[in-house]
Amino acid sequence: MSDIKNYEIKDFQHDSEHTQKEKLLEIKNLKVQFGGIKAVDGISIDMRPGRIVTLIGANGAGKSTTLRSIAGIIKPQEGEIIFQGENITGWSPDKIVSAGISMCPEGRKVFPNLTVLENLKIGAYLRKDKLDDDIEYVYSLFPRLKERHWQFAGTLSGGEQQMLAVGRALMSRPKLLMMDEPSLGLAPLVVKDIFEIIKTINQNGVSVLLVEQNANMALKVARWAYVLETGHITMEGRGEELLADESIKEAYLGKQKTK
Amino acid sequence: MNIMPYVIRGLATGGQFALVAIGYTMVYGILKLINFAHGDMFMVSGIMLIYMAGSTGAMPIFASIIIMVILTVILGYLIEKCAYAPLRTAPRMSSMISAIGVSYLLQNLVSYITGGLSKQYPEIPGLSTSVRFLGVKDKLSVFVSPVVAIVLMVVLVLVINHTKFGMSMRAVSKDFETSQLMGIKINRVISITFAIGAFLAAVGSLLYFSKNTGINHLAGSTPGIKAFIAAVVGGIGSIPGAVVGALIIGLVESLAKAFGLADFSDVISFALLIIILVFKPTGIFGEKVIDKV
Ligand SMILES: Nc1ncnc2c1ncn2[C@@H]1O[C@H](COP(=O)(O)OP(=O)(O)O)[C@@H](O)[C@H]1O
Ligand SMILES: [Mg+2]
Repeated sequence: MSDIKNYEIKDFQHDSEHTQKEKLLEIKNLKVQFGGIKAVDGISIDMRPGRIVTLIGANGAGKSTTLRSIAGIIKPQEGEIIFQGENITGWSPDKIVSAGISMCPEGRKVFPNLTVLENLKIGAYLRKDKLDDDIEYVYSLFPRLKERHWQFAGTLSGGEQQMLAVGRALMSRPKLLMMDEPSLGLAPLVVKDIFEIIKTINQNGVSVLLVEQNANMALKVARWAYVLETGHITMEGRGEELLADESIKEAYLGKQKTK
Repeated sequence: MNIMPYVIRGLATGGQFALVAIGYTMVYGILKLINFAHGDMFMVSGIMLIYMAGSTGAMPIFASIIIMVILTVILGYLIEKCAYAPLRTAPRMSSMISAIGVSYLLQNLVSYITGGLSKQYPEIPGLSTSVRFLGVKDKLSVFVSPVVAIVLMVVLVLVINHTKFGMSMRAVSKDFETSQLMGIKINRVISITFAIGAFLAAVGSLLYFSKNTGINHLAGSTPGIKAFIAAVVGGIGSIPGAVVGALIIGLVESLAKAFGLADFSDVISFALLIIILVFKPTGIFGEKVIDKV
């Protein structure tokens, strides 16, 4: 556990030129309870602009609850969420979308009764300007969506639905894209594609907060990673360092260890 | 026997039920709630016109109609805000019970005001004029009812399928949380849905009560139940379904009268409901239940 401090120091040395203002997202002591259950129990996260940061952890650790709090779906009992220097804690979801945060929810959640094109348009619901360029951009990332733009989203395959969910989340032109387990239930080849796209999106200037149970993939693309266990952050560090960490290997990368 | 007058009158009643049925089906579509207060709101809009322009009122009829429509829309909006919105995250059964509560509240409130007596509905100039069409002589309201219902249905379906607001309604009807993630204000969409339902009920009440002699606090029950049956027969959640269901029920009941079975018209409606649900449990236009993973 003493490793935590080491990783932290390294990253802050690396980023020593950054000032407080250049944090994109800062979560301080976030606490969320459902009835008596403490789903998130005092976590703090820092994220600098332009990064891919990942939050890994087992089922029920509190990852989705964290993202849903940031998106304004859940009102946290305690703590602060600061985005680009502004305290957005308790804001309504639409104001948070306008501020530049969008979310690709767990299980994709495309609207099955809307066409592919309508799903993209509804991602830009709060925008009043022309959407043609953005739709073309999403089609360039996911050409399959263009072929199927007239189809109801409910008729797409799981991988296509995930692509649509990512595209839909991009339509609001977010600065921060939150993704909740994009690899869930997808074939390994499709997962690989999705992670390639995550990198591309990030290279195009969107910061990504990635929640994953697929720790192996997530740690490979992420610059910085947090490990969440039953509502607490138990470890943080650079992606590649956590990937090499023995305790992480044992707890989250079990299958990959033999490789 | 000339069947035509019965057909026309059946379609008229059907059109009037349809305007009420759309309210049931839209609210169900978005909240999965049977708004039991809907029929009573229909009755209240009738009573409001009576108090403004009827036997006890003195206002000009056309101004009264406009105010009645506006007040009914406000009532629909307030019912949602007071009785359903606070229960958004509660189990659905709680909202159903709240709906039954609102239904009794409206009935008792009106009964208190009217003393439980039947009140004479005002003559609506124009609607009460006699006209002859397709060899049938009847009030104008009889001929316009199905036309009004179908035109409003078409407009509504176009709005829902082809406008940004309609798209947000379709989204909210599937998934509240994801709709919020898109930036949709779901409470606003739900309020507007109730307002549209109330508007259609107000138009329906104008057409329905204009042929009636008098109405009391229970005058919303029968059309309310018939419209609800129509919505279920047509496939609850489907707007064209509600209209088709209502036209069928209106027609069947009227034909029952033609064959001297007037006393059995309620039995026939319910039998129709049961028969259709046995063969097609989701109703005529009902969605197939797609399990989405
Ligand atoms: N709406 C809710 N009501 C009650 N408990 C919840 C709710 N959402 C999440 N929880 C609980 O909070 C904990 C964290 O859940 P979640 O954030 O979904 O975990 P993860 O996304 O890491 O799998 C779990 O114990 C879960 O059962
Ligand atoms: Mg989760």
